[in-house]
Amino acid sequence: MPKRTDIKKILLIGSGPIVIGQACEFDYSGTQACKALMEEGYEVILVNSNPATIMTDFDFATKTYIEPVTPEMVEMIIDRDRPDALLPTMGGQTALNTAIALEESGVLKKFNVEMIGADIAAIKKAEDRKLFKEAMLDIGLKVPPSGYAHSTKEAIEIVQETGYPAIIRPSFTLGGAGGGVAHTESQLAHLTEWGLSASPVKEVLIEKSLLGWKEYELEVMRDCKDNVVIVCSIENFDPMGVHTGDSITVAPAQTLTDKEYQILRDASLDIIREIGVETGGSNIQFAVNPENGEFIVIEMNPRVSRSSALASKATGFPIAKIAAKLAVGYTLDEIQNDITRVTPASFEPTIDYCVVKIPRFTFEKFSKTSGVLSTQMKSVGEVMAIGRTFKESLQKALRSLEIGVSGLEEHFKYDIGDSSQDKDVQKEKIRSLLKEPYWERLWMVAAGLRRGLSIDEINEITGIDLWFLQNLKEIVDFETAIKEKGIIKNLDGDFLRKAKQMGFSDKYLAGLLSCREADVAGAREEFKIHPVFKRVDTCGAEFEAHTPYLYSTYEEECEAKPTAKKKIMILGGGPNRIGQGLEFDYCCVHAAFALKEDGFETIMVNCNPETVSTDYDTSDRLYFEPLTFEDVMAIVNVEKPDGVIVQFGGQTPLKLALALEQAGVPIIGTSPENIDRAEDRKRFKEVLEKLSLKQSLNGTATSQQKAEKIAVEIGFPVMARPSYVLGGRSMEIVYNIEDLRHYMKTALNVSPEHPILIDQFLQEAIELDVDALSDGDDVVVAGVMEHIEEAGIHSGDSACSLPPFSVDDECIDLIKKQTAALARELGVVGLMNIQFAVKSGEVYIIEVNPRASRTVPFVSKTIGAPLAKIAARVMAGKTLKELDFTKEKTFNHISVKESVFPFIKFAEVDILLGPEMKSTGEVMGIDTSFGRAFAKSQLATGVELPSSGTVFISVKDKDKPVALKLAAGFRDLGYQLTATSGTAKYLNEAGFDVQMVNKVKEGSPHIVDSINAGEVQFVVNTTFGERAIRDSFSLRRTSLNCNLPYCTTIPGALALLDGLRAVKEKNLSVRSLQEYGTSG
Amino acid sequence: MKATLALADGRIFYGESFGAPVEASGEVVFNTSMCGYQEVITDPSYCGQMVAMTYPLIGNYGINLEDFEAVRPFMSGFIIKELSGIASNWRSKMGLDEFLREFNVVGIQGIDTRALTRHIRDKGAQQGIISTTETDPKKLVEQAKQLPGLEGRDLVQEVTCSQPYDWVEGEWDIERGYNKSPLENPREPGKNYFVVAYDLGIKLNILRKLTQAGCRVKVVPAHTGWEEVLAMKPDGVFFSNGPGDPAAVDYAIENARNLFGKVPIFGICLGHQIVSLALGAKTFKLKFGHHGGNQPVMDLIQKRVEITAQNHGFAVDPQSLKGDAETASINLNDKTLEGVRHKKFPLLSVQYHPEASPGPNDSSHLFHEFVKLMEENSPNGPAERTD
Repeated sequence: MPKRTDIKKILLIGSGPIVIGQACEFDYSGTQACKALMEEGYEVILVNSNPATIMTDFDFATKTYIEPVTPEMVEMIIDRDRPDALLPTMGGQTALNTAIALEESGVLKKFNVEMIGADIAAIKKAEDRKLFKEAMLDIGLKVPPSGYAHSTKEAIEIVQETGYPAIIRPSFTLGGAGGGVAHTESQLAHLTEWGLSASPVKEVLIEKSLLGWKEYELEVMRDCKDNVVIVCSIENFDPMGVHTGDSITVAPAQTLTDKEYQILRDASLDIIREIGVETGGSNIQFAVNPENGEFIVIEMNPRVSRSSALASKATGFPIAKIAAKLAVGYTLDEIQNDITRVTPASFEPTIDYCVVKIPRFTFEKFSKTSGVLSTQMKSVGEVMAIGRTFKESLQKALRSLEIGVSGLEEHFKYDIGDSSQDKDVQKEKIRSLLKEPYWERLWMVAAGLRRGLSIDEINEITGIDLWFLQNLKEIVDFETAIKEKGIIKNLDGDFLRKAKQMGFSDKYLAGLLSCREADVAGAREEFKIHPVFKRVDTCGAEFEAHTPYLYSTYEEECEAKPTAKKKIMILGGGPNRIGQGLEFDYCCVHAAFALKEDGFETIMVNCNPETVSTDYDTSDRLYFEPLTFEDVMAIVNVEKPDGVIVQFGGQTPLKLALALEQAGVPIIGTSPENIDRAEDRKRFKEVLEKLSLKQSLNGTATSQQKAEKIAVEIGFPVMARPSYVLGGRSMEIVYNIEDLRHYMKTALNVSPEHPILIDQFLQEAIELDVDALSDGDDVVVAGVMEHIEEAGIHSGDSACSLPPFSVDDECIDLIKKQTAALARELGVVGLMNIQFAVKSGEVYIIEVNPRASRTVPFVSKTIGAPLAKIAARVMAGKTLKELDFTKEKTFNHISVKESVFPFIKFAEVDILLGPEMKSTGEVMGIDTSFGRAFAKSQLATGVELPSSGTVFISVKDKDKPVALKLAAGFRDLGYQLTATSGTAKYLNEAGFDVQMVNKVKEGSPHIVDSINAGEVQFVVNTTFGERAIRDSFSLRRTSLNCNLPYCTTIPGALALLDGLRAVKEKNLSVRSLQEYGTSG
Repeated sequence: MKATLALADGRIFYGESFGAPVEASGEVVFNTSMCGYQEVITDPSYCGQMVAMTYPLIGNYGINLEDFEAVRPFMSGFIIKELSGIASNWRSKMGLDEFLREFNVVGIQGIDTRALTRHIRDKGAQQGIISTTETDPKKLVEQAKQLPGLEGRDLVQEVTCSQPYDWVEGEWDIERGYNKSPLENPREPGKNYFVVAYDLGIKLNILRKLTQAGCRVKVVPAHTGWEEVLAMKPDGVFFSNGPGDPAAVDYAIENARNLFGKVPIFGICLGHQIVSLALGAKTFKLKFGHHGGNQPVMDLIQKRVEITAQNHGFAVDPQSLKGDAETASINLNDKTLEGVRHKKFPLLSVQYHPEASPGPNDSSHLFHEFVKLMEENSPNGPAERTD
């Protein structure tokens, strides 16, 4: 069937900010969908609050709204632009929920908007667990025994029937938010309460746990003629009980016979038909009993998902792109397979390699949580690796993680006794650790195997399939064989080749053989053992592949076929993590686009399956490979690029810069030498002294004594951190000598090879971020952003405003001058980012990053200039004059960036901000005034801003004078005030009418009771000192659980006040980026 | 043990043997199914061939007692990247290595099967030899060159049964295993249809599917004459899959020709080629054939696509169909013919495998269509249950 001509304008809803459970895979999907629909000649109206996405770039949609993804705002867009259709399946749960709300409120009907891809009935049938259960029973499929609870009492009654362990799943949430496994009644009660609060419909499903069953996923696509294909099957390494987003997963399924696989395939076909997803992709999860093959349907997502992104990358079949085309009426047989170019999309990909995905966790940032996985997702990113065997793929994936491992080597922090101890004692400790699914379980299993635990025993404890365990054992056994060789010289060619085929990296081998990585590389050179590159082609080589989507392996034949074109290689950012997210991928993608336009062949190297950069469409050639020195050099040796870009992928490629340059790789842009001058504190100090620029007092300590000495000289409080980190990892404000000693003890363990930096902490300074471009001669400031929170809060966590809202022009001019001076001194070619602090009119330089920063997409979208593209062109030899970018852009609107946090997933964690970054993503609010832009940014994070109600204020003593201003502001807007004794007394004495409420420790009814009862709409809570922080913890957690807007800083509260005032003055309205005239 | 795979055009691959360390030869083809190696190994259609699996990890779930398509393997050699060190599945009874050893079939692992597949794709399927004893690859290549190709070879006689037998087992079910009680026709309770099935190398799942659809099945050797078959008073006659060149199986073509119009006929794979040849069409050898479970077939009338299992090296030339015979379906990948329809004769004839095993069940409705064909066209009228 040809495409539909009765619809012309399609509204696409994006997924909003990056949060756990909903990350940049939806930018990948949405970007594909936008591209596909625009190519087909449709007008695309896009709404997404996340500025760091490629999809919100100007040319990916006809109209791009960077506005909060809420039913109210989307209704305004519909009213304004009158789309014919709404495609709700590309923006994750956020888009689905928004679409459901718009349907239920009658908006879609009112404006005559048709839902395409999946209709409301199908979405509800798949999403509402009750309807889903009925539907499955109707077609003769089994679902876990379960019941619905709306209270703890109901939950307990249900479990009396279904039994423990019980899984608690809140209805209509993403990433399993608020879910968990209960083994006891008290756990059940706790999880039910939590789950009820997380569910928008206040309902939880209580389900019999299938703990230990094998878990599978199938990716299904269907077209309007009822043709159905399975794109990919996925088997989880971790059995049921661990969220699939947190599981190590493998494609294709490994331990199912064809008969068993076909049962799941047939069931998937029946399910997509029964649910009624008419066009597009769905993901279906199954549990299989390892004892007898019995299978149970777990759930179905009637939309593209994290798994569909993974399946697309794993097979070369672009699910989202094809789903978009199916949604406008095409059938699978009418769509061409891009890779083979001769066969249609109506087929099932077959793969001739093994794909392993491993999630990336950041438990180290939330030190109070246990690191045990459950049905609620906690990972913040993932890596994927491709190899010819599971062993090879697994070890490639492990070294892609960038957590300090180069393979399956011993790696975990749990004490199992040192090597002098009895093996049996260690074994016993490992046995007991294996009982819980810690995120490091893979390494624990390996440790157990090393100490002689049998695979049968491990299988019994963990439920991990024997096939996986056998493969791990083969790696561990070979590790032993390598060690027994003693030194590298004892390895012959066959043995070394075998090691490489099993995925042992040079670095891993060097560790086992006590030599340098270069020695192993040298031995490989001697025996002529090099990786070859094979193509991902959807068809197991049955047809010729026209798309160079490549992975390395140790086999006979290489299919890389490098061209003789002028080429530039871009090193990506690896797995998403807190501190290094899709902003960096955004820059890499831009580099690829720009250089492609300029006639270069572009080569992307990355290992993150969620991203746009690893779409084979993005660059001319894609190498899906780990970003280690060894892996990158292997590609360089084959491709011989004319230039390699390291400054776009964050810290990941930057760390490789010096080594690559020493190996003769042509790094373009700012030289690694100058990068080092900026990154190395000591050398950077010299730079600043040379330019007579100011820095807060600081020193570099390599020992504890030195650290103490420096801190005392500078004077407390000081900021302490390890060098060479991103995202403020292990960064802390230290107030006294005891804290410093404690810090040194824990932090030095984090990165022993790097020293600790100690800076004077500029209390209450204003922080500013500057992004600038330079070609070596000209320097152009792209944007100066003023942070809303004061210095001391990590810049990645702080909200910021572009342009600044309180700093005077004189000061900003000074900042710009200093920026130019630094860019010239450091010979910056490309992008640079500088963080400044302003205190009492003095400008201090906090740090300089001669690379793309987290704010590049935010600035680009605000000023209307594609900074990363310009930077890439500059690196490739163009001047800013040639590119006509010599002056700072002027504009009349204001953009506010706000951060979003994963606290809801980590029950024990406080929501207070500090110098260590904790946010997973960001949103942008754009409007004509600071207040309106700020209000939008808050709405975009998912909170509501009611126009009346009660504001709770509790501030530390130091903040009390400012609290007067706050209280007056809220009062003038018509809000009631409530406060705990200290603040209440202070405010009432100043003439306010403040209701006093108990602190929690003062007994019920207290503030937490009030919040839970819905009596409080806003929370302002600043606190200082360990004890006060501990006492007010439950207050902040409850605000979070109740999804109230909360401010933990005074500047944040003042900004909120501005926002509320602006909204009250005039209702919010929407405007597209194109209309802001920023589509420069 | 070190082993060598030599192809007739001189390409050599080195690996390690598993299974039985015997020297073996045959036409080397590749199969793209990601699971189902047990069914592939025991498919009689692979007689005279050595199969390379494009999926690299093989043997993961071992060998069980149920997923056999014949009582023993028929392929002469099995070529893979990596043999699993363990058989992990609740139904597994032995490892793949042990199984092949028991039936004296050689396996070779450690092969860059993707390189081999690309080679076959570009140069065509060809004869090859696996050896663990001959160390001079040149000699092996010379030997491979001397091997006869499949064209013109009747391999059916090597795989067909020697005596007729009745089949009573239905489909497999995860909870109960194979359905051991004869079934009635679900469409017409109390009645079933009697099918005589020519064993040209028949896969057992075809028999199971026929039984499950409500047929009573008698399997007969390939040489059984058409008069003898008609004397059994069948409601329908089935021509099975099988190995080798269809044009060489003249006796089967002759039988089919004489049965047209007298009784409803169903042909699968080689059976389809035999039926087509009997209708006067021509067959030809494909460059490397279709062997896998992901082949898209479009029904030209309904315009719907089914994902099918396929295993064939020869195909019917659609241009050669004449008279009342016409193309019913095509392969969307290379546009080759996948099904034939006849305006006068009650006939079902498909190149692909609706019995799957291994592969998708999308087209298993064909067995019910055959029943319907018999319902409408049986020379006997609807048959009574015989048990």
